[in-house]
Amino acid sequence: MRSNKPAAYIAGAVLALGAMAPAWAQLRVEVTSGITDPIPIAIVPFARAIPADGGLDVAQVVQHDLEGSGRFRALQRNQMPATPTQPTAVVLNDWKNAGEDYIVVGRVVTLDGGNLAVDFDLLNTLTGQRVAGQRFVGTPGALRNAAHRVSDVVYEKILGIHGAFATRIAYVSVEGQPPTQKFQLIVADADGENQRLVLESRYPLMSPSWSPDGQWLAYVSFENKKSAIYVQFVRTGERRQVSARAGINGAPVWSPDGKKLALTLGGSGGNPDIYVLELQTQNLTRITDDPAIDTEAAWAPDGKFIYFTSDRAGGPQIYKIGVNPGDRPKRITFSGNYNARPRLSADGNQLAMVTLDSGNYRVAVQDLSSGTVRVLSKGHLDESPSFAPNGSTIIYSEREANRGILATVSVDGLTGLRLKSEQGEVREPSWGPFAQ
Amino acid sequence: MRKILMVLMLAVALTSAGGCASKKPKPGASQSTEVGNNTADAAGAGSDAANAGNVGSDEDAAGPQGGLLAKRIVYFDFDSSDIKGEGNDVVAAHSKYLASHASTRVRLEGNTDDRGSREYNIGLGERRAQAVRRALLLQGATEAQIATVSYGAERPAVVGNDEAAWSKNRRVEIVYLAPGGQPAPVQPQR
Repeated sequence: MRSNKPAAYIAGAVLALGAMAPAWAQLRVEVTSGITDPIPIAIVPFARAIPADGGLDVAQVVQHDLEGSGRFRALQRNQMPATPTQPTAVVLNDWKNAGEDYIVVGRVVTLDGGNLAVDFDLLNTLTGQRVAGQRFVGTPGALRNAAHRVSDVVYEKILGIHGAFATRIAYVSVEGQPPTQKFQLIVADADGENQRLVLESRYPLMSPSWSPDGQWLAYVSFENKKSAIYVQFVRTGERRQVSARAGINGAPVWSPDGKKLALTLGGSGGNPDIYVLELQTQNLTRITDDPAIDTEAAWAPDGKFIYFTSDRAGGPQIYKIGVNPGDRPKRITFSGNYNARPRLSADGNQLAMVTLDSGNYRVAVQDLSSGTVRVLSKGHLDESPSFAPNGSTIIYSEREANRGILATVSVDGLTGLRLKSEQGEVREPSWGPFAQ
Repeated sequence: MRKILMVLMLAVALTSAGGCASKKPKPGASQSTEVGNNTADAAGAGSDAANAGNVGSDEDAAGPQGGLLAKRIVYFDFDSSDIKGEGNDVVAAHSKYLASHASTRVRLEGNTDDRGSREYNIGLGERRAQAVRRALLLQGATEAQIATVSYGAERPAVVGNDEAAWSKNRRVEIVYLAPGGQPAPVQPQR
C-alpha cells in the first residue's frame, strides 16, 4: 500500500519541520496609523562587515522597526548631512539643524572565530548626551536579531517601554479551498521577516501557542481527520502528540510555568469544557463542568486563574475561574452580547478579546481593575488578539477582501500596521515571549 | 520550485524513516490506511498513550447512492443547531440506511460560518454534529456507527462575506467511511 502509492502518501503528508527557511509566502508591511507628532530620529547606515554580514543593512532593519512602531519618524538617507559611524564623528549641530532629536550610529565588525559584533551609540542631539551604547555579539545568522535588539534598546531608552522587536510571532497560513487546502504553521520575526515553516498539512492547523521559554509551540492539528493537540520543539521540529481524545481537542495554551497546558476537551458527548493537562505526568484535571460551550482558555500571569469563553448565559461571554478544584467561575464581561477568545497582558491588568461591536467583530481591551472596555480595531471580522510581551501592542488577524491578513494596534489605539501575505491568507497570530 | 522539491524530498526521507522505525505493531495499525497517522509517527510523534484505543480506519468511502441518500449535507440557521426542513428527511434516510447496515460507519463533520472566534466556532460546529448524531441514534443507528468531528470555520464550502455564503457553510456533512476499520471508540478518556 505504502510503496504502491507514493504520490498519495506524500500528498497526505504532515510535515513537522525543524524551523525550515524560508517559507514562500512573504509578508509585506504597511503602517496604517501613527501618532501625530512622532519623534524625529536619524539612523545612519552602520559600518558594514562585508561579506560576513550577508548583505544585511542593520540600520535599515532598525529604521523599519522604529517607524513601524508609529512612534518615530526616521530621517531619509538622502537628507542626511553626513554618514558618521562613530559617535566622535557626529557633529551634533548638523543633526539638530536637520530637525533630529536623536541620532543612532553603529558598526558591524567581524570577530576572531567568525562571530559578528554590532556596536551602536544613541545620542541626544539637543543635549549631546550619549543615551545608550551597547554591543551585541552573535553568529552571522543572528545579525538580524542583533538589529532588532538595537531597536529594543533605542525604543526603551527614549520611550521608557521595553521594546518587543527582538521577539517572534507564530501564525497559520492557508492557501486554496477545500478539499485542496494547504495549511502551514509559520514562525517569523515580529516584523514578519525571517520566516520559518514549522508544519504543513492538508487539514486544518489551529491555535498556535508559545511556551513561556519561546522554544515550543502547542497547536491543534486535524491531520487524522479529527482534532489532536501537539507540542513541537521549534528548532528541530521534534513533536509529541499530547491529546487525541474523543471529540474536541482544542485551544491549547501554555501555563506561565511551562509545565501544563490548559485546553478544551469535548468528549464523545460533544460538550466542551476546560481542562489542565500536566505535560510530564499526563495528569488531567477538569476545570469547568457545564453543559454550555466552555473553551478558549487563557492563563492569568500568576498561573492561579484561567479566563475562558462560555455561552452558559446564552451568548459567549468571558469568565474567570481558579485552577483549584471546586472553584466557581465568575463572569468578567458584561458589555455587548458577544465577547470571546480572552488573552491577558503580561502584567495581568488588561484583557484582550473579540467583541461584537455594532455588527462587526472587533478586538477590544478591558481594563480589569476599572472594567472599562475600549474597542481598538476597525475591521468587520477581526479575531485572535495576542499581546506583545511588553503589553503595549496587540497583534490580531483581520479580513481584507475575503482574505485574512495580520494587523497590529497599540493598546492606546494610536498606532498600527498590517502584515499581508503575497498569496493565500494568514491568521491566528500568537506573539512569543521576550528572548531569554 | 526548488523549495517545493526540498519539501517533497524531506517528506520521502521522513516517511521512509518511519517505515524502518515502526517495527513495533500498534493496535489497529495493520488495518489503518490513514496516511496522516503514519507521517505523524515518522515526524517523531510520541506519546501513543494519549492515542491508545483511538484507532480505526477513517478512510472516506462513496457510501449509498440514490434519492435522499445521495444528499449528505444538513444545513442550519445562524447560531442554531436545530435540524430544519429537508435536513430532517436527509437525516431520516441515513438513519434508516445505517439501521439496516450495521457494519457501515459515518463521520459527521460539523461546520460554521466564519464569523466570530475560531475555537468557539469549533464548539458550535460540534454542537451541530451532535444534533445530527442524536437524530441518527433516535432513528435506529448505533453509537458505534457514528464518529463526530468539528471543523468550525476552518473548512468552508463556499468563500464569501454574505448570507449566501454563510448559509452554505453552516452545515453538517455526513461522510461514509470505508468498511473494514474498527468502530470508533465512544469512551471519552476523562
